[in-house]
Amino acid sequence: MRIGVVTFPGSLDDGDAARAVRIAGAEPVRLWHGDADLQGVDAVVLPGGFSYGDYLRCGAIARFAPAMESIIDAARGGLPVLGICNGFQILCEAHLLPGALTRNQHLHFRNRDQFLRVEATNTAWTSQFSEGQEILIPVKNGEGCFVADEATLDRLEGEGQVVARYVRGNPNGSQRDIAAITNEAGNVVGIMPHPEHAVEALTGPSLDGLGFFTSVLRSLAGAGAGGQGEGQH
Amino acid sequence: MARVVVDVMLKPEILDPQGQAVANALPRLGVTDVSSVRIGRRIEIEFAGEPDLDTAREIADKLLANPVIEDFDIRTAEDA
Repeated sequence: MRIGVVTFPGSLDDGDAARAVRIAGAEPVRLWHGDADLQGVDAVVLPGGFSYGDYLRCGAIARFAPAMESIIDAARGGLPVLGICNGFQILCEAHLLPGALTRNQHLHFRNRDQFLRVEATNTAWTSQFSEGQEILIPVKNGEGCFVADEATLDRLEGEGQVVARYVRGNPNGSQRDIAAITNEAGNVVGIMPHPEHAVEALTGPSLDGLGFFTSVLRSLAGAGAGGQGEGQH
Repeated sequence: MARVVVDVMLKPEILDPQGQAVANALPRLGVTDVSSVRIGRRIEIEFAGEPDLDTAREIADKLLANPVIEDFDIRTAEDA
């Protein structure tokens, strides 16, 4: 399996994301924001960082990068896409996910190990977790407060699109403690904390992050020779 | 030269912690009769030719503002 990791000007965690892909047993493929060619990858990770210096709004300019235009088309066709932190912001700006990420309610940048509860295990990126499982991965953001209107929040909860919530403390004021969401098809997931920083004992607080990357390998293997499967309809 | 001015503001129902922080600092200036501060962004666009409000509106809608959390106003302004 070949998993693309996009580098934007200002990306910080593309190296760690590629490393997590490799540790999970896949081949990382480095993609450049200015190149619309996705090189036939089976899935894409949009890494954390400060693309375009967070100018205008986080993710607002990255959303129009040539690589993103291709990724938006492919995601609508079922390509698994994981957006981490700035990647989550980009997915919201691209309208692949609902809502928006805004300034942390307390205005402080938060950098700590954070417990989450996984609530949706039917996505391309979370099938290796069990429902209700608590995991520990780092969170580090200044603009991670998830907001959406009440109807959208109700819909996300009603349709099982809340992938993970903060537990034992909400680090940024996100509405309804939302840390990660998915689209209706389950192939696109945005998460504010950083699973790619929790994939080996030497550097992470746990190995819990690895499950996101092994999950996508399993869902790709399950899709089999038919390619991207149900998303095509 | 005419330019187009775009004002982008958070929607009223979206919490503005920056504005709150500024409001909370005002008593230190001796100002105590302000009930709310909200912070937005002003963007000035100059066209090569005549200002094109339709194009400016498209730029604002697609890029300058995020309609999920922000509203925008557009107007033309003359240089002094």
